Amino acid sequence: MAEKPHSEVHAHDDHDHKPHGWRRWVFATNHKDIGTMYLVFSCIMFFTGGLFAMVIRAELFKPGLQVVDAGVFNSLTTMHGLVMIFGAIMPAWVGLANWMIPIQIGAPDMALPRLNNLSFWILPFAFLLLLSSWLVPGSAPAGGWTMYPPLTLQFGASFPMLIFAIHMMGISSILGAINVIVTIMNLRAPGMTLLRMPLFVWTWLITSFLLVAVMPVLAGAVTMMLTDHFFGTSFFNAAGGGDPVMFQHIFWFFGHPEVYIMILPGFGVVSEVIPAFSRKPLFGYEAMVYATASIAFLSFIVWAHHMFTVGLPLSALLFFMFATMLIAVPTGVKVFNWTATMWRGSLSFEPPMLFAIAFLFLFTIGGFSGLMLAMVPADFQYQDTYFVVAHFHYVLVSGSAFAIMAGVYYWLPKWVGRMYDLRLATWHFWLSAIFFNVLFFPQHFLGLAGMPRRIPDYAVQFADWNMVSSIGGFAFGLSQLLFPYIIWKCVRSGQRVEGTRAWEGARGLEWELPSPAPYHSWTTPPTEAMIARGAEH
Amino acid sequence: MYRARLGIRPGTWLRIAALLIAAGAALPAMADESPNGGWGLLNLPVGVTSISKDVYSIHMMAFWVCVVIGILVFGVMLWSIIFHRRSLGAVADVTLVHNTKVEILWTTIPVLILIGMAIPAAHGLVLISDDSNPQLEIKVTGFQWGWQYEYVGQGVSFVSKLDAKSMAASELDSGISPYSVPHYLRNVDHPLVVPVGTKVRLLIGAVDVIHSWWVPDLGIKKDAIPGYINTSWFEVDADKPGVYRGQCAELCGRGHGYMPIVVDAVSKADFQAWVKREAAAEKAAAAANAASS
Repeated sequence: MAEKPHSEVHAHDDHDHKPHGWRRWVFATNHKDIGTMYLVFSCIMFFTGGLFAMVIRAELFKPGLQVVDAGVFNSLTTMHGLVMIFGAIMPAWVGLANWMIPIQIGAPDMALPRLNNLSFWILPFAFLLLLSSWLVPGSAPAGGWTMYPPLTLQFGASFPMLIFAIHMMGISSILGAINVIVTIMNLRAPGMTLLRMPLFVWTWLITSFLLVAVMPVLAGAVTMMLTDHFFGTSFFNAAGGGDPVMFQHIFWFFGHPEVYIMILPGFGVVSEVIPAFSRKPLFGYEAMVYATASIAFLSFIVWAHHMFTVGLPLSALLFFMFATMLIAVPTGVKVFNWTATMWRGSLSFEPPMLFAIAFLFLFTIGGFSGLMLAMVPADFQYQDTYFVVAHFHYVLVSGSAFAIMAGVYYWLPKWVGRMYDLRLATWHFWLSAIFFNVLFFPQHFLGLAGMPRRIPDYAVQFADWNMVSSIGGFAFGLSQLLFPYIIWKCVRSGQRVEGTRAWEGARGLEWELPSPAPYHSWTTPPTEAMIARGAEH
Repeated sequence: MYRARLGIRPGTWLRIAALLIAAGAALPAMADESPNGGWGLLNLPVGVTSISKDVYSIHMMAFWVCVVIGILVFGVMLWSIIFHRRSLGAVADVTLVHNTKVEILWTTIPVLILIGMAIPAAHGLVLISDDSNPQLEIKVTGFQWGWQYEYVGQGVSFVSKLDAKSMAASELDSGISPYSVPHYLRNVDHPLVVPVGTKVRLLIGAVDVIHSWWVPDLGIKKDAIPGYINTSWFEVDADKPGVYRGQCAELCGRGHGYMPIVVDAVSKADFQAWVKREAAAEKAAAAANAASS
C-alpha cells in the first residue's frame, strides 16, 4: 500500500465549488447532492404512502365501515400503491445509484449532471400533481394502481392528473436510467472492467435497460387511455370495437419488468452487504451477474401471469406458467450464492447485515408464494386475493424496502463521516422484522380463506386475522419513524468515523475514499491496487 | 470497533417475549364478538367440485415443495448464522468463492423440481379448460354492483344483489353490528340455484367495468369483461348439496366489496321443480307488467 491515500490527493479541492444556500439544491449538478435529494424525497413519500396504509389498516381493523367511505378507501389503496412504487422505492434506488455508482466505479460524477438535475426536479412536481388530486371533485383516482379501464375511465377530474403525473414520473425515470447507463459505460476508471464492477453497479446497469425499455410502454398505455377519455378513440372501449384486456397486456408488459426494476438494485445491495459482514468475498460473482441478466430477460416474457383469469387460451396459460416457473431458477441461484457467502464466514450482525439477512429469509418466502402463484390452476384461487397482497409485500417491503434500509445503514457512515446509533438501529431492525411478519403473514391465511383484495369491508370470518394484521401494521408503521430519527441524529451528532473503512470487512472503491466522501471524489482515477482490492472475487 | 454498543440487552429480550405472549393471549379476547372462530381459517377450502379438489391438491403439492426447500435453505442459513459467527471465533474461509460442481447442481435440481411441479399443474389446467358438453348453461353478467343470471333456454332470468340486512349494516357508522347480520356481505336477495351432479357451463360477461366471478368452494374464478364472453364450468358433487358463497374478485368501483355470489346447489329433482316455479312466476310477472303498462 505505497500509494498516497486519496484524501491527501484531493485535500485541496474539498472546499471548492460548493454553492451555498438554496442554489446548491435547485441548481444541483453534484451527484452526491442530487442523490441526497432523491433519498430525502423518497423518505417523505415513504411516510406519505405509509400514512395511506395506516388509514387502510384502521378501516380493516374490524368489520363494518368506521373510518372512511368505500370510495375513499379505493382512493387510498390506489394512492398507496402509486406513491410507494413511483415515489418511495424507485427514487430511493435512483438516490443510491447517484451516490454510489460514481464512487464505486471511480468516476468524478454522473456523466450527465444537468440531466440528472432535471430528472430529480421533475419528481416533486409529478407528485404534487398526483397528491393534489385528493382536492378535486370526485377525489383521488380510485381504480387501483394498475389503472384498468373501463373503471379508471369513470373517474372525473383526477383522471388527467393521474395520467400526466405518470408521464412525468416516466420521463424522470427514463432520464435517470439513461444517465446511469452512460455513466457506467463511459466513466469507469481505467482498470475497472465490467466483470470487476461491484454487483450494485451491475444490477443497476441491468435495471436501467429495463427502465428504458418499459417506461415508454407505460406512457403509451396511459396515453391511449387519455385519448379514449377525451378524444373519442376506442382503444380499450368494447362498445367502440376496442379491447379492455389489451390495456392489461400492455400494462403488465411494463408492470412485470417494473417489479424487477424495484428488486434488482436490492439484489445488488445485499450482494455487497453480506460479503462485508461475512468477511468473505461474494460466492459466485459471475453467476450472480448472469442470473441478474437472466431474470431481466425472463421479466419480458411472463407478463400474462398477472392476468391468468381474464380468459386466455390454454396454450397461452401453459406458456406463461412455464416461463414464470423458470424465474425460480436464476432467483434460486442468487439465494444459494448469498447462503454460500455466509457459509464458513465470520459473521457479525451490524444493522446493515441484519436487514440483509431479513431480506434473504423474507424475500425467499415471497419467492415461494410467487412459485405457488405461477401454478395456473392454483392461481385461479389466489388471483386478486390477500394471498397476492401478502406475496408482493413480502418481495417489495422485506425485499426492496429492507434492501434500501440495508444500503442506507451500510453507506451512511461513508456519506456523512459519522456513525449512527447502532443500538437504536438494531431496535429499528427487530421492530421492523417482527411487525412486518405480524402485518403480512396473516394475509396469506386471509387470501386462502377467500378474502379478495381491495375491499373496504369484509365478512366476519375474516375479522380475527385482519385485526392481527392491523395491529402489526400500526406497529410496523410507528417503528419506521425511528429511521429518519436515527439518520438525523447521526448527521447531527454521530461519532466520527476514523479512516476510510467504516466496516472492517467492507470492500470496494467507496471504502478507499476518506469519510465523509469528499464533495468531489475521484477527480484523479483510483489506482490499480485500489480497484484490485475491491474486486477480489 | 463499534461492537460494544451493538445489540439489545438480554433482559430486554425477556421483556419483549413476555409482552408478545401477553398480546397473543389477549387477542382472542379482543375479537370477542367473533362467533365462528376465524382463527382456524388458514387454508384453501377443498371444495365440492372435481376442479376445486384438483386445485387444492396442486396447491398443497406446491406448498409442501416450498416447505421442504425452505427447511433446507433456511437450515443452511441458520447454521451459518449460529455457528459461523465471529463472536464464536469463526474465521472466514476466503477461498470459498466458487465451485462449478455445486453451482451446476443447484441450477439443475431446481429445474427438475419445477418440471415435477409443472406436469400435474399442466394436467389440471387441461381438465379445467375442457368446458365441452355442458348439461346446463347459465349466462352470468356483472354490473355495478350485482350479478344477472340467465338460465339459457329455461325461461329463467333474474338479478342477484347484496341482501338488505347486509346493505343496512354496511353503511359508514351504521350502528348495526356486522355480527348480528347472518352471512354479512356474503348474502344475496336471490341466489343462483344449480343442480348437483350436473355439468354447468357459465358464460361470463359484464356491461360496464370488469368484474370477476369467484366461488372458492367451486374452485373457479373468471373475469367478467365488457365485450367478452368468458366460459367456465363446474359440477357440484352429487353428495354435496349446500350453499356456497363467494364474491366479486376484481376491483369494480365503490361497490366492489358489496357484490356477493351465493350458489345454492340442490338435488336434480328440486332443481327441476325450482325452474318450473321460477319460470312460471317470471312469466306471470311479465304478463302483469305488460297489462299494467
